[in-house]
Amino acid sequence: MVKWKRLPLNSNYAVAYAVKDADVDVIAAYPITPQTTIVEKIAEFLANGEFDAEMIHVESEHSALSALVGASAAGARVFTATASQGLELMHEILHIASGSRLPIVMAIATRALSAPISIWCDYSDLMNTRDASWITFINSSAQEVYDTLIMAYKIAEDPRVLLPVMSAHDGYIMSHTVEPVDVAEDPEDIRRFIPKRRDRINILDPDRPVSIGTIVRPEWFYEVKYQQVVAMREARKVIKEAQEEFASRFGRRHDVIETHMMDDAELAILTYGGIYGTAREAVDMMRAKGMKVGSVKLRLWRPFPADELRKALSNVQAVAVVDRAISYGTPIAGPVALEVISLFYDEKDAPKVISFVAGIGQRTVTEYDFVGIAEKSLKYLSSGSIPKETIYWGVRGVEV
Amino acid sequence: MASKPVYRTVFDIPREEYFAPGHGLCAGCAAGVIMKILTKVAGPNTIIVNATGCVEVATTMFPYTSWKVPWLHVAFENAAAAASGVEAAIKVLKRKGVIDPNKRINVVVVAGDGGTYDIGFQALSGMLERGHNVMYVLYDNEAYMNTGIQRSGGTPKYAWTTTTPVGKVWKGEWRPKKPIADIVAAHRIPYVATASPSHVIDMMNKFRKGLDIEGPTFIHVLQPCTTGWRFDPRYGITIARLAVLTGMWILWEMEHGEFRVTVPVPKRKPVREYLKLQGRFRHLSEEQIEEIQRMVDEEVERINKLVGRTVIGPVEE
Ligand SMILES: Cc1ncc(C[n+]2csc(CCOP(=O)(O)OP(=O)(O)O)c2C)c(N)n1
Ligand SMILES: [Mg+2]
Repeated sequence: MVKWKRLPLNSNYAVAYAVKDADVDVIAAYPITPQTTIVEKIAEFLANGEFDAEMIHVESEHSALSALVGASAAGARVFTATASQGLELMHEILHIASGSRLPIVMAIATRALSAPISIWCDYSDLMNTRDASWITFINSSAQEVYDTLIMAYKIAEDPRVLLPVMSAHDGYIMSHTVEPVDVAEDPEDIRRFIPKRRDRINILDPDRPVSIGTIVRPEWFYEVKYQQVVAMREARKVIKEAQEEFASRFGRRHDVIETHMMDDAELAILTYGGIYGTAREAVDMMRAKGMKVGSVKLRLWRPFPADELRKALSNVQAVAVVDRAISYGTPIAGPVALEVISLFYDEKDAPKVISFVAGIGQRTVTEYDFVGIAEKSLKYLSSGSIPKETIYWGVRGVEV
Repeated sequence: MASKPVYRTVFDIPREEYFAPGHGLCAGCAAGVIMKILTKVAGPNTIIVNATGCVEVATTMFPYTSWKVPWLHVAFENAAAAASGVEAAIKVLKRKGVIDPNKRINVVVVAGDGGTYDIGFQALSGMLERGHNVMYVLYDNEAYMNTGIQRSGGTPKYAWTTTTPVGKVWKGEWRPKKPIADIVAAHRIPYVATASPSHVIDMMNKFRKGLDIEGPTFIHVLQPCTTGWRFDPRYGITIARLAVLTGMWILWEMEHGEFRVTVPVPKRKPVREYLKLQGRFRHLSEEQIEEIQRMVDEEVERINKLVGRTVIGPVEE
């Protein structure tokens, strides 16, 4: 039996505990709000000898991820964390990490992008990494943060996958909010779930020399990149397996999406991250008033859980997708809304998709906002005219 | 006290090859010689971390590689950061018993001047300051050669490049070469040296020391580039030798703060001898050649002062 101790942790500290319990070998990170306390907590663990790892005090996020590419290529289990500008500075190496097929794990405390500068939460940093071939989770509670990070190593290091994993949570809203979290009493319980392996070919070992990161001509490059497509496809299966094994070992079940009150819902509210809890509460409030509304949480962003979403949304008349990032210059500017629309493209009797943007730069989103979004959506539905453009919810000076 | 040299004659050069022929470096490129010698000195227990540049693209055209030792390329500006990660991984994996703790594994960066003076400078400084046990080998061909001869912080004054062309107004590069080895030495790392492929034994001993000395070490090797410097491919090593004999390129080492010129030049040749073989200096006026001569004279004087006696002599025609 696995014993747990319940600790009051914010999501950043939940990450740090997971890193310790996963017995990570090399950590390289650079300070940025609201991520910084993750690395501070890890440093505290190391300073007290609570686990053994090398911490590389790099001079930038670009070097943080570069150092991890080196460390992972040398066979170590590695970790970094960042946000916003730091994630942007890493961008070049995001693609190199996945293209080199290295099982790097990174936590993101999401934050808006400059300019103007904002240290507060939205998901524009995460959404800019969409095409970098990283498996990407978005968490909604500190417990989920701890559990996902542990599963991340299982998934990333699986020989069928060998892709890096990003695990995100809301900056401030979660990174600095304390919740009860069950962490392993004995880290060995976690370590038995994610045993370290050295069976991949991309390890720099003098007894078996390989060249990693070579130049690849047009006659080979496409095939190499296609293998990433296959790995992402495989990852869907591996993620399911990891969740199953996690549930049977540890008794906590997570899935790539989560639904609430969806059985007879006419309208679904789909969102991700810390505000999902708010959406759920709004659903309960609306249900009490007899409105047939349910909610769907997107926990896995890449690979996109298309089948699961299609199934979950098959019976609703409309889905309101609430995004916290803007893709500028396109009518539908919500990154997740775009994906949901493409899910149902060309399908008969498909639910109508209504795209909302909210919570930009941590503009507050309450239950009443979700109620408003639902009421508005139902109104569009009954009028028969679904907006072809994103609705910018909560921005001053704009009528919706 | 400076440690003793390990290699004395060419017969001491190890016979084992870890850098295979068949690569795509230009005929006459001195980088191939440098890599061949470097890997011979370093041996099989070596991991190379290569920055983007000529050596990287020319030696690893998939599905082939010239490297018989583990080799990693990440990007242009981050070889020092990637090597920091490799070194840290080896350290902790030894501690955890995954890698045999008695096995010595060399971690060596190979990077060009662009990847070192300019875009890779921050990562380099970070690696030096954190004290990683990595030898950084800068092969300096004095421009961005891989992208077609654009100037870098390592381009010498008045050299023609494609971004400092010779026209009616511009007359080649107008700024002097950045003293990168001095800047590296200012990080107070245990070993910094300059080397030239014309002085192979000297270069080998410097690689040896760079590998043996604990902590970050830096070897700055001049690498004549037939394509970018515009000379007949057969003259690569001749030009490297002339760089040393004219005092354009002084061979020194700094071991634990102790400075030493390893190849004294009692009688210097005029810089003209070095410049005249290279098309990149073809446009120079007499005044410009004299100015370069004065710059070299001043540097020689500075070095002699540093040593405390005349190790590099006066110019003799
Ligand atoms: C971030 C980034 N900017 C620019 C380049 C393009 N680039 C590739 S190699 C190179 C020049 C390399 O010059 P140097 O470091 O001197 O090595 P050399 O090619 O001369 O051996 C440049 C500019 C790149 N690969 N990455
Ligand atoms: Mg160069």
